[in-house]
Amino acid sequence: MPYGEAMLTIARELVDKIVAHGRADHPDEACGVIAGPVGSDRPERFIPMENAERSPTFYRFDSMEQFRVWREMDDRDEEPVVIYHSHTATEAYPSRTDVSYASEPNAHYVLVSTASEDDVEFRSYRIVEGVITEEPVKIVEAYG
Amino acid sequence: MAIEIRIPTILRTYTGGAKAVDGTGATLEELIGDLESRHPGLRDRLVDDSGLRRFVNVYLNDEDVRFLGGLSTPVADGDTVTVLPAVAGGAR
Repeated sequence: MPYGEAMLTIARELVDKIVAHGRADHPDEACGVIAGPVGSDRPERFIPMENAERSPTFYRFDSMEQFRVWREMDDRDEEPVVIYHSHTATEAYPSRTDVSYASEPNAHYVLVSTASEDDVEFRSYRIVEGVITEEPVKIVEAYG
Repeated sequence: MAIEIRIPTILRTYTGGAKAVDGTGATLEELIGDLESRHPGLRDRLVDDSGLRRFVNVYLNDEDVRFLGGLSTPVADGDTVTVLPAVAGGAR
């Protein structure tokens, strides 16, 4: 089972970076990771990833980039605290594809929707064994 | 000497929580068979009838085995095999 609170607490600066990445790659989906110390449940290190699919409806981490990033996290005693991607024409809710691939039980799956130019939807989920649980997002200026 | 296999969080239920296990074999397929004998259920999470599952990435040392020989990729003592869940999804 995931540990930590049933809530994502995240620094505003990181939210802004995710949204900026989603906007920059629109209309293709953007994706990436925020790493944090193992067991801390605290997202700290922003790692934008290449969408190997370069698609408006699908994303996939490039397997070699993922290998390097995952090894680096391992070396630094980090884990993927947040795994994010954007939906560019639909709401920020996990699709069936998202659920079938979700395989980091400790991660917060963040979805942003860039479908509207004026505002952005930013939502977070746990996806464990095929079950989607939305959780509140608490945006803080800095971690206490 | 043996081959070290690094196991991702989601599959550690099959290895008693271990992050890495040792195995033997001349090819990736044999290695997975060897692992299955001690960690039943693991094989099914890695391969299906058509080969490696698309939900997982398997690396031999620093290379994705899809760019090598897939399940028939030769492996040898001292190699490290890393399993990572593929990270993918999308609106459809």
